[in-house]
Amino acid sequence: MCLAIPGKLTSITAQLDETFRVGKVSFGGILKDVNLAMVPQANIGDYVLVHVGVAISVIDEAEAHKTFEYIKQIGELEDLGPDQPKPQQP
Amino acid sequence: MKFISEYRDQELVRQYLQEIHRITTRPWTIMEICGGQTHSLVKNGILDMLPNAITMVHGPGCPVCVTPLGIIDEAILLALRQEVILCSFGDMLRVPGSAMSLLEAKARGADVRIVYSPLEAVRLAAEHPEREVVFFAVGFETTAPANALSVVQADKMGIRNYSILASHVLVPPAMEAILSDPETRIDAFLAAGHVCTIMGMNEYDPIVAKYQTPIVVTGFEPVDLLQGILMAVQQLERGEARLENQYARVVTREGNRLAQDVINQVFDVSDRAWRGIGTIPLSGLEVKGDYSGYNARAKFKLAETAVKENPDCISGEIMKGMKKPHQCPMFGTRCKPEHPLGAPMVSSEGACAAYYQYAQTLHEA
Ligand code: SF4
Repeated sequence: MCLAIPGKLTSITAQLDETFRVGKVSFGGILKDVNLAMVPQANIGDYVLVHVGVAISVIDEAEAHKTFEYIKQIGELEDLGPDQPKPQQP
Repeated sequence: MKFISEYRDQELVRQYLQEIHRITTRPWTIMEICGGQTHSLVKNGILDMLPNAITMVHGPGCPVCVTPLGIIDEAILLALRQEVILCSFGDMLRVPGSAMSLLEAKARGADVRIVYSPLEAVRLAAEHPEREVVFFAVGFETTAPANALSVVQADKMGIRNYSILASHVLVPPAMEAILSDPETRIDAFLAAGHVCTIMGMNEYDPIVAKYQTPIVVTGFEPVDLLQGILMAVQQLERGEARLENQYARVVTREGNRLAQDVINQVFDVSDRAWRGIGTIPLSGLEVKGDYSGYNARAKFKLAETAVKENPDCISGEIMKGMKKPHQCPMFGTRCKPEHPLGAPMVSSEGACAAYYQYAQTLHEA
């Protein structure tokens, strides 16, 4: 019921006033119309969390990475050896 | 998909489990509030992989499940009116009322439609000015802004043939009701991440302080849940009680102010009956007087009736963590998702239905 899914904001399709915006959000390639009234700060390219057709939050990418850092801080990743630098996505 | 698949990483799951096993020295009971989290814990087999000393108790966090029978009867009554198009989220349709479900009402000719968003229902009202479109608005704080927005939007657009039948419930009062029940023993809570996305975290400070119970705001993917459990166990093992945020990529301390504003614009906090639990003071939302034209209860002069629950259902004990679903004699025999006797069997987010659906992954303990 409280399921909310992250998707990438790809375009703004309607703007009635400064807050009332509608945009297209891509969920793994499937595009849906999403109401953006509650995320006026969202820009094209941002990931937003969508619940019943309404974006309720912009996902903080830096915080997202911390979930993976957390276990490293406890030292559990030490036995896996040093970090491999990941190739940068273009 | 970005922000989903990486949180299902098997290796990371293994590491979190290993760490939870390593630090757990005593038995702890942790309640996850949200039915979406219950579903994820059961579906991913996480309950079986946790140390035996950790008991996960499944909270009342499924709005479909806790909607009282009387309100479902109201929705069916409305749906059977000639002029009404009744819209709701798909999960609500199968829920049996005292005589039938919305799906059965549909089979008898009622115009019942599934919508993905309440804003679709507003569009439907605009397209059918000769009909009355009623949206059956269930949900927690997560869904309240979208439902409120539909009323604001209809009002802005001058649409008068739209109304909502609200059955909104609020999480913090339910947590307090559980904690103050002398029969319950909950050592820590995983708070529902998406509820906090809207409301922020401030509501939980007084609960942590009053009951000295750790609360960890947690997401929904396996890695999120395991990290949330780990953070809770760390606090418990150290004898701490703090409010922590595992789900900081989405949840901020303040929450979403605009979403809170639209909730306050349209709804008042009210007492609310929870199916399987009873009435909890100030635990629901009702449409404000200013918007009574959009309140289906006022518009169609409905009077909510109290309908008796099935006495064989032990959902109260399930939701208090005293029993597990398969310890109910009705589980899987007289009570199945097709014929639920009580709230937790109603939707896949209810504890009984989650156990039923994934029974093969659970120990027959
Ligand atoms: S199995 Fe059915 S009857 Fe038993 S507690 Fe769950 S919902 Fe109630």
